Amino acid sequence: MSDVDMMPKKNPLSMQIDLSKFEKATDEEKKQQDVMSESTTFFKDSMKKLFKNPLAVFSIVVLVLIILLITIGPLVVPYGYSEILKVNGMRDKTAMNLGPFQYSENELAFMEETGIKLFPHIMGTDELSRDYFIRVIYGTRVSLSVGLFASLIVLVIGVLYGSISGYAGGRTDLIMMRIVDIIYSLPDMLVIILLSVVLKELLNDSTGIIAKLGTNMVSIFIVFGLLYWVGMARLVRGQILSVKENEYVLAAKSIGAKPKRIIWKHILPNCLSVIIITTALQIPSAIFTESFLSFIGLGVAAPMPSLGSLANNARQGLQSYPYKLLFPAMMICLIVLALNLLGDGLRDALDPKLKK
Amino acid sequence: MGRYVVKRVLLAFFTIVIITIITFFTMNAVPGGPFNSEKASSPEVKAALEKRYNLDKPLPEQYIIYVKGLVHGDMGISTKTGRDIAETIFGSFKVSATIGGMAAALAILTGIVLGSIAALYRNTWADRFIVFISTLMTAVPSFVLATLLLYVFCIKLGWIQVWSTENSNYLLPVLALSMYPMAYITRLTKTSMLEVLGQDYVRTAKAKGVAPTKVIFKHALRNALIPVITYVGPMLASILTGSMVVESIFTVGGLGSKFVTGINNRDYPMIMGTTIFLAVLMVTMNLISDLIYKMVDPRITFD
Repeated sequence: MSDVDMMPKKNPLSMQIDLSKFEKATDEEKKQQDVMSESTTFFKDSMKKLFKNPLAVFSIVVLVLIILLITIGPLVVPYGYSEILKVNGMRDKTAMNLGPFQYSENELAFMEETGIKLFPHIMGTDELSRDYFIRVIYGTRVSLSVGLFASLIVLVIGVLYGSISGYAGGRTDLIMMRIVDIIYSLPDMLVIILLSVVLKELLNDSTGIIAKLGTNMVSIFIVFGLLYWVGMARLVRGQILSVKENEYVLAAKSIGAKPKRIIWKHILPNCLSVIIITTALQIPSAIFTESFLSFIGLGVAAPMPSLGSLANNARQGLQSYPYKLLFPAMMICLIVLALNLLGDGLRDALDPKLKK
Repeated sequence: MGRYVVKRVLLAFFTIVIITIITFFTMNAVPGGPFNSEKASSPEVKAALEKRYNLDKPLPEQYIIYVKGLVHGDMGISTKTGRDIAETIFGSFKVSATIGGMAAALAILTGIVLGSIAALYRNTWADRFIVFISTLMTAVPSFVLATLLLYVFCIKLGWIQVWSTENSNYLLPVLALSMYPMAYITRLTKTSMLEVLGQDYVRTAKAKGVAPTKVIFKHALRNALIPVITYVGPMLASILTGSMVVESIFTVGGLGSKFVTGINNRDYPMIMGTTIFLAVLMVTMNLISDLIYKMVDPRITFD
């Protein structure tokens, strides 16, 4: 016992602290105190949540695989999507409607003769002796890019329109929303068909990019730009109406921030989750619409395949070659399923209201 | 309430007028006319035909003539077949409505039952199975489903005959049409049922000893169905209008196929007639479902 301990307390009940009983912290121990939980942003937090959701991870994996397939596929497969199979420079007439992994008679003879192994027809061939696998790959490319671009159009128009309407309020809002109401209640399928036919005729003589893309594809984009943004506009407007009542918006206004800055810096970032979720769910619906249009013959122009037109063409030989319907149909289902699940996962991860 | 209804009806009427204008002018913007395809017809015959259908007049006048006829209940006659449009539309609508109505009934009933089961037996195998099937079904386009059903049941198994004029088996088209809405309603019912089951009034009802079935049917289900009602209105309209693919796969002569052939033939009265008919149908359905929605949920104010 040290001397200090022996020292009588001034007051027996005093809480007087005895410093000698404490040890000085070493540097190592000091460092331990510095460790705090890592700082996290909203985005990081939600991504962590997203990757904990097995269904969302599964759909991301599926989508990545599909994207790899459609980017690498055309490099590996030595056939073109509109190329009629040839053996030794001669058109191969025996290569019609082959089953998956089958070779035609001419190809077999050729391989026997030269010993060169030809690339297998993974999904067989179609009625014009074209490799079906590469057609499905290009069809997926077309369908996916239609989905992406259409959603992009919807995103831009919807967000712009919705944020202006929601932020302006008053009479502007009323008139803008009436227009949305009217577009919303148009029978969309009828308008799409009508517009596709009209635009197809009108754009037929055009040249340049439009001709390259195919008039039908352009008309699909126009239709999306005209009709499908209303859902997004409504959502964004609703979100903005609630966000703009917040104190930080009032604070920004009071220090003289311009409307553009307020919308861009304060309001839109807070609507981001709604926008991301809606866009993710818009892509499958665009793919559905495109495949539907291709199915009734208003989709992409002929040699270029899309998943919908492939499925439609497969109907004629359904009895003998059911796999021709199966491959594009499964591709559509897989893409739509993965995107739907990803959209659901994003909603769970991004919606703060569902945070527990 | 009264003011709201009047406002909505006016808006609906306005929408329909706009739709007729859009359709009328876009369809006339398409190059080609109804009598261009007949090679045999001489210019005089063509001119006479165009005069007969008022096609020689300027567009705005044509539109006014058409609307005048419409107000008097006359939808005109087809430039292709010469038949009365109203008769054709109602005739083919009967087929579409029969199939669509059955499909809608099937989708609503099964969807609500399955959704409730999934919510009540949450995290059991029944729930997982229902969720799995309904998620899968929302990813299958109706034309794929229809073709597969046709292939399996008509061609492979031969259980059901392919649709013809003598033999009309509604089973397959109804199934193909109802799958997507059924899956959607199932998911919708499940989510809203789960939300309602967590509410205080359900706990209160349970705590005071109300029988479980009564809690489910009287307290939970009735409130859980509110979001479903909003979906059913537009769904009914889209089942009746958007079924053209299923109809064409099963070769049922419905309204959708009439519209597509109408466009291809530049059959102006037919295009106008179908559009107006479907637009009125759709707008009315949306209106009714909005009104019902506001009636069953007193929290929603009429504004």
